[in-house]
Amino acid sequence: MLHEPATPAAKDPAGPYKMRLGILMFVLYSLFYAAFVAINLLSPPTMATIVFAGLNLATVYGFTLIIVALLEALLYNAMCLKKEAEYAQADKAAGAGSASTKA
Amino acid sequence: MAIIVFLLFVVFVVGLSLYLGNKAKTASGYYAAGGKIHWGVNGIAFAGDYLSAASFLGICGLIATAGYDGFLYSIGYLAGWIVALFVVAEPLKRLGKYTFTDAVDANYNSRGIKLFAAISTLVVSICYLIPQMVGAGVLVEPLLGIPHAWGVVMVGAIVITIVATAGMASTTYVQFLKGGLLIIFSAILVGAVVLRGFTTQPDQGGTVPFYKYSELAAAKSGDSISVSDPAWRVVEQKTVKGAPVMVKLARDGKESWWSVADNAGVITLKENQSVVTRKDGPWINGAPASPTNQLRQVGNLEKIKGQSDVSTGSLPSPLEFLSVITDKDTAVRTWKTANFTDGNGDKVTAYYPEVVSGDRIMRPGLKFKVEGTPLERLDFLSLMLALFLGTAALPHILIRYYTVPNSASARKSTIVAIAAIGAFYILTLYMGLGAMTSGVINPADSNMSAPLLARSFGELLFAVISAIAFATILGTVSGLIVAASGAIAHDLFDRFFKIKMDDRQKVNAGKISAFVIGGIAIVLGILFKGINVTFLVGLAFAVAASANLPAILMLLFWKRTTAKGIAASIIVGIVSSLGLIAFSPELYTLYGLNPLDAPIPLNNPGIISIPLSFVTLIVVSLLTPKRALAMA
Repeated sequence: MLHEPATPAAKDPAGPYKMRLGILMFVLYSLFYAAFVAINLLSPPTMATIVFAGLNLATVYGFTLIIVALLEALLYNAMCLKKEAEYAQADKAAGAGSASTKA
Repeated sequence: MAIIVFLLFVVFVVGLSLYLGNKAKTASGYYAAGGKIHWGVNGIAFAGDYLSAASFLGICGLIATAGYDGFLYSIGYLAGWIVALFVVAEPLKRLGKYTFTDAVDANYNSRGIKLFAAISTLVVSICYLIPQMVGAGVLVEPLLGIPHAWGVVMVGAIVITIVATAGMASTTYVQFLKGGLLIIFSAILVGAVVLRGFTTQPDQGGTVPFYKYSELAAAKSGDSISVSDPAWRVVEQKTVKGAPVMVKLARDGKESWWSVADNAGVITLKENQSVVTRKDGPWINGAPASPTNQLRQVGNLEKIKGQSDVSTGSLPSPLEFLSVITDKDTAVRTWKTANFTDGNGDKVTAYYPEVVSGDRIMRPGLKFKVEGTPLERLDFLSLMLALFLGTAALPHILIRYYTVPNSASARKSTIVAIAAIGAFYILTLYMGLGAMTSGVINPADSNMSAPLLARSFGELLFAVISAIAFATILGTVSGLIVAASGAIAHDLFDRFFKIKMDDRQKVNAGKISAFVIGGIAIVLGILFKGINVTFLVGLAFAVAASANLPAILMLLFWKRTTAKGIAASIIVGIVSSLGLIAFSPELYTLYGLNPLDAPIPLNNPGIISIPLSFVTLIVVSLLTPKRALAMA
């Protein structure tokens, strides 16, 4: 029993799409994060620049990294849901087509 | 009050655990809560798992003492969830069963993978357990007035009860409860901090009068310091590496330590706090330690936008709070530590003040030497890399993907986690800076900064925040022990040694393992007393990222990956990261050795051990044949 998944894993036709999308979004966020680390390492005083409402670049960039993570996550979920719905719709149509042929 | 709230909370948590115990009759129930947890609950439970003692106590404490550098941990920890969501969540859910080992071994059925992945789970879980247990002792000591060691034993006993009664179901609901409460009450605390505003003379909510530290005019002749005021007598002076010259003064028979400040030739002595370990016991600030003679809590603004002796009153917005501190004319009195031996041969720990401008507090550099030598910069890069890559490789986080019914739920629960954790991490910046400026930092242990900040708003908030912090530790330790006991009972006994057990025996094996791991955690929690919990968790991230992440990523994205490649990368990741840590400057300090003698100049191993693990996997995979599952 322990050699089986904790819950049965159904085949996911949207899997390849979601994987490609996930990697794309991961790369985009990684670049954004890398730029943050790079500024800290290559030009630390730049982080002290006041950019908005008395807040410096360090604070604004840090908050933006957190907020962008959430926005990207929501966008990813929306796109995954859309693709999953498309496949579910296609499955349903195929099922209905096959049923009417049989009828 | 604090004790009553705390005890009520603990009784409730243990009661919930016993109630949920009925749901853990099968292995699936024990290790994966039957895979039936709702994604919303699981998402908040993720946050509960993740927002450990390091996040709540450690990060707030680090921000309170090192400003923005502490917030870098928040940023790195949160960014790590991107790797978890976009790369790991759904594929891992499809691959896995109960443990990290199941997932990486799913396509191979290799004894090597089973053994090394189980060892990796154990090592990472124990690395992560140590700071949690240390945090538990730190928290319970002032709350219940019991020694650190008893605090650790108490946490261990409660957690073992929780885990042994219900496993993952209990752990999940405890984490859900705790994660939700932590975010809600942290938001309340931050709201209170912003509404109170700043003052240059914080008095801990009117309970402790502001203590103004003295300064004395002095003169320097050669290396010798003399005090202008004849009421004071110089007893001795010490040169301390990496700290100002320290001077012991005497007045009216009482001795105290002062640090020397040289401002363009104008010599000033600044009053310190000190702990002197004498033969007759510890002396604090020139008198024997006692319940009424303890180190004073510290941290205040010297100037607010250039003005001394002022208060802002209520601030109009949370952004204004940050803006005031960021101002270059705002000055913060921070405290540093110097350790040395005095003329009597007694060990002295002196806490000396250092005034830092607000714009310096609010950018990196106070702790991490981003403007230092290339090696110091590399160390910073190494830390940020490990934080980014470590999250998706933590066993107690990975097993939570198996508690939801399907891969879409795994994805959604990760998004809920990102929202909850991101919100909390923004709050950490406010709590840390609030503590830094409210005179609530214990100079000997910054880990208590957030609860002590809460105390400055009254005992009730302190009691609630402390109880939640305690539950934070309970929950995280529970999750870690479930992960570690799964590695022993499921991965090693069942899968590796192939010991025949029925379902009930497997659950019992898990519970016995939980007892053993809990016992180990208690011992380590006592041994590692006094070590910075955030630093320790950072190391756990580095070990996880080195040992587990290359295996997970390559398994998912490189078809040429072989079982031997995975096993080799896991063991190389563990050995290299632990080896680099063991010979690092920070650990040399811990051993009582000179950190400059450490053979490895980096404190954070990730920049070496993570690529090394990847390279090992690729090379070994290319050198070994890829076998089909049936033949393995």
